[in-house]
Amino acid sequence: MKKTVDEALAQEFGLTSEEYARVIDIMGRTPSLTELGVFSVMWSEHCSYKSSRKWLRTLPTTAPWVIHGPGENAGVVDIGEGYAAIFKMESHNHPSFIEPYQGAATGVGGILRDVFTMGARPVANLNALRFGSPETPRTRQIIDGVVRGIGGYGNCVGVPTVGGEINFHPAYDGNPLVNAMTVGIARKDRIFLSAAAGIGNPVVYVGSRTGRDGIHGATMSSAEFDENALAKRPTVQVGDPFIEKLLIEACLELMATDAIVAIQDMGAAGLTSSSVEMAGKGGVGIDLNLDDVPQREPGMTAYEMMLSESQERMLMVLKPERTEVARKIFEKWELDFAIIGHLTDTGHIVVRHKGQVEADIPLDPLAEQAPIYDRPATRTAPPAPVADIHAPLSLEDMLLKLVASPDLASRSWVWNQYDSTVGGQTVRRPGAADAAIVKIEDTSLGLALTTDCTPRYCQADAKTGGAQAVAEAWRNITAVGARPLAVTDNLNFGNPEKPEIMGQFIAAIEGMGDACRELDFPVVSGNVSLYNETRQPDGSTMSILPTPAIGALGVLEDVNKAIGLAMQDNADIVLIGDTKGELGQSVWLREILGREEGAPPPVDLKTERRNGDFVRQEILAGHVLSCHDLADGGILVALAEMVMADGVGCTLESPASGIRPEAFWFGEDQARYIVCVKNAPDLCARAEKAGVPARVLGRSGGSDLILPSGVTISAARLRTAHDSFFPALMAS
Amino acid sequence: MKAAIVVFPGTNRERDMAIALRRVTGKAPVMLWHRDTELPDVDLVVLPGGFSYGDYLRCGAMAAHSPIMSEIRAYAQKGGHILGVCNGFQILTETGLLPGALLRNAGLRFLSQDCTLRVERNDTAFTHKWKKGDVFRTPMAHGDGNYTADTRTLEQLEGEGLVAFRYASATGQADETDTLTNPNGSMNSIAGILSQNTRICGMMPHPEDLVDPLMGGEDGLPLFTGLVEAIVR
Repeated sequence: MKKTVDEALAQEFGLTSEEYARVIDIMGRTPSLTELGVFSVMWSEHCSYKSSRKWLRTLPTTAPWVIHGPGENAGVVDIGEGYAAIFKMESHNHPSFIEPYQGAATGVGGILRDVFTMGARPVANLNALRFGSPETPRTRQIIDGVVRGIGGYGNCVGVPTVGGEINFHPAYDGNPLVNAMTVGIARKDRIFLSAAAGIGNPVVYVGSRTGRDGIHGATMSSAEFDENALAKRPTVQVGDPFIEKLLIEACLELMATDAIVAIQDMGAAGLTSSSVEMAGKGGVGIDLNLDDVPQREPGMTAYEMMLSESQERMLMVLKPERTEVARKIFEKWELDFAIIGHLTDTGHIVVRHKGQVEADIPLDPLAEQAPIYDRPATRTAPPAPVADIHAPLSLEDMLLKLVASPDLASRSWVWNQYDSTVGGQTVRRPGAADAAIVKIEDTSLGLALTTDCTPRYCQADAKTGGAQAVAEAWRNITAVGARPLAVTDNLNFGNPEKPEIMGQFIAAIEGMGDACRELDFPVVSGNVSLYNETRQPDGSTMSILPTPAIGALGVLEDVNKAIGLAMQDNADIVLIGDTKGELGQSVWLREILGREEGAPPPVDLKTERRNGDFVRQEILAGHVLSCHDLADGGILVALAEMVMADGVGCTLESPASGIRPEAFWFGEDQARYIVCVKNAPDLCARAEKAGVPARVLGRSGGSDLILPSGVTISAARLRTAHDSFFPALMAS
Repeated sequence: MKAAIVVFPGTNRERDMAIALRRVTGKAPVMLWHRDTELPDVDLVVLPGGFSYGDYLRCGAMAAHSPIMSEIRAYAQKGGHILGVCNGFQILTETGLLPGALLRNAGLRFLSQDCTLRVERNDTAFTHKWKKGDVFRTPMAHGDGNYTADTRTLEQLEGEGLVAFRYASATGQADETDTLTNPNGSMNSIAGILSQNTRICGMMPHPEDLVDPLMGGEDGLPLFTGLVEAIVR
């Protein structure tokens, strides 16, 4: 199977003619097969961000509490008491369609490694999932595999899965999204980076052995799917969470010594990207001898070893005199440990195998001359406002239908397959608050964590949608009483070579950037997933909805002050924020009238900030018993969720005049919260002073949700409707 | 009370257990490694939850052959107190220190949720802080917790009163066929059992994860305060 290296092969590897010409120019000769492999993965969209880099640079990435922004394996922020939170979100979309269980499982494994490679003990996992239409048979199969995969990996490594989100839309039929986020904790003076240093220092390989799995996975993830997608199953990796658990413990044990100079996980493009990036960042050269790489099967070529994406592997540069200390730790944990090379002053990566030089590439041009594209973009015209709206059902029937709809129904069926309590620090489990809350052991600190995006808003107006995703994440962190610190973004879009997709991408980034700046909420890490499209049998392609998923982190200095969303008995219920009744792109419009139309609700960032700062201040002052932000489904759905949480009911007053009832109860206006308080007049007085709209919605008590008309819906009835969707779907 | 926690490759709830023990004893428990061949002088040995050896082969099967386990067998023979939770319970059954086996959950899915346990007897070190018939809430998180034994073993367990905890409704009704209250399908709704000398207790749910009001309650705490009171040197 000796392949001839030429332009045709380069194209097969995903390089354009121009890019291949640049490779020849850099090398001054025809590259070897291994060299071509290295170039093609390093210059793939997945590794090089060639279509997105220009725009990612426009995002705000700094704040006084940011220790490391984008460019490291994960983002690092100061959370106080000498600790740092390290976090990132990453996609595993393409593998999860081809092989849902392993695709999702290895997605979790990969993001865990990005975090513990920096010295952090992982303390929480979250995930943002988008599936196709519930009516499509394969959707069920994908949900089953993805949920089992996330649980199978996360439960075994012993990191609690504490939150996330799920949406359904036919646009994800052929291309589900699996975005996994990990948050870890480290002492802020014990953070490990990837820049290699020290000529002659040993390069050490630890973890699982290298096999032939996942070869060219990064390239696969940089192309759209065609009808033969499922035949790409061999490019999907297989995860072993048991080995990952050992790797976490061994690495953390080693990190407690002073043996490590630099460390990086072998993720996409495996040994190639880890060695090239570590040496490149450190401005040194690296020599690798592949004979010493632990191998799972005999007869592997240099090309295969450099391109393999076998899981649960790490690459480290160690202090030479500490090598034996390190070896003993990995032997204790029964993991492979091998010195496979050393750092050089040549500025080249040189790969040897069986006495032959299989690759010799100058590192600077490989990085600096990597392609970067300013792709043509066209902006989509803003949608017309919705008109001709009427409510075809009673308020009661509409509410029951909405809480049972795919995007709003209870996720318990899913969450109950994820271990959310392991570690013993989970203060609020999934669904109990707008953000998950995890205590930091031996401190009074709590982390508030969430993931958010409303893809249908982004489809209608990507700029507003991008801003809304950030604003909603900020609001969810605020609603538990935490101070929002930073975000990680996972930008899932279609084919960037199409101007309208590129237009969506740029607009979403503009919206996100505006919101991050206004809310002091910098982007510290992230991942871009493009080419999320499926070619249909008729030759046309279907793109996913633009989905810039935001993972966000906030901190509570005193975790005891955190609050949940459950309705509290015998309290006043107050709405914070202004309501115009925005029904464009609402869940109500889609589920009740079957229409996906109109403009998404406008996002006013100054109002967002003012309302949120007020709510947080009230929570921290101890005035608020519980709080729920308003999002999909508006006021009445939020109230129903608060009632269902603990079974405490409420009696509602008539809505404001001048707004149609369905617009008042189900409109998705932004920057709003519902709070349960002991003393509404005092709260409203303070709100008025702060320039924040506040109005009493009703009072809590009993076990029924009682509408202004007097119609009574029991918490039990709401729950029956809410709980039925997932079990019924998965049993069908 | 001096306690030790045994860590196997793949154990992942040792930290939770250490927190719970520290809460009642005021001191950190001794952490033992599966390859250790000596058991320090302790009053309680805990086998915590997790996925020892990845649950490959059978849950707990490989851990049961770890070097430390022969020490633990000897410790059991001398009448030492042992608590095995989740994977620890599985290891105890694989070792033969407790009878029966934990099979795949009846619904074939991992279950992470709160369950309600009924206390079946209160004259043991593990259960004396409760009254017989008390119910308490505790988290469960496992894929293989479906307690199964042959008829003779079951009769023996029931006849000798060696069932410590049963899955039950909030009002204390146990029904083996009810998937709401007996979620993993355990025979006789068995959640935890005792050795004949009542000094070894194995249970699937995680009382150690509910010992702090901040984490949602202290419902699991009586097990640990009870151990400290019962095991006095």
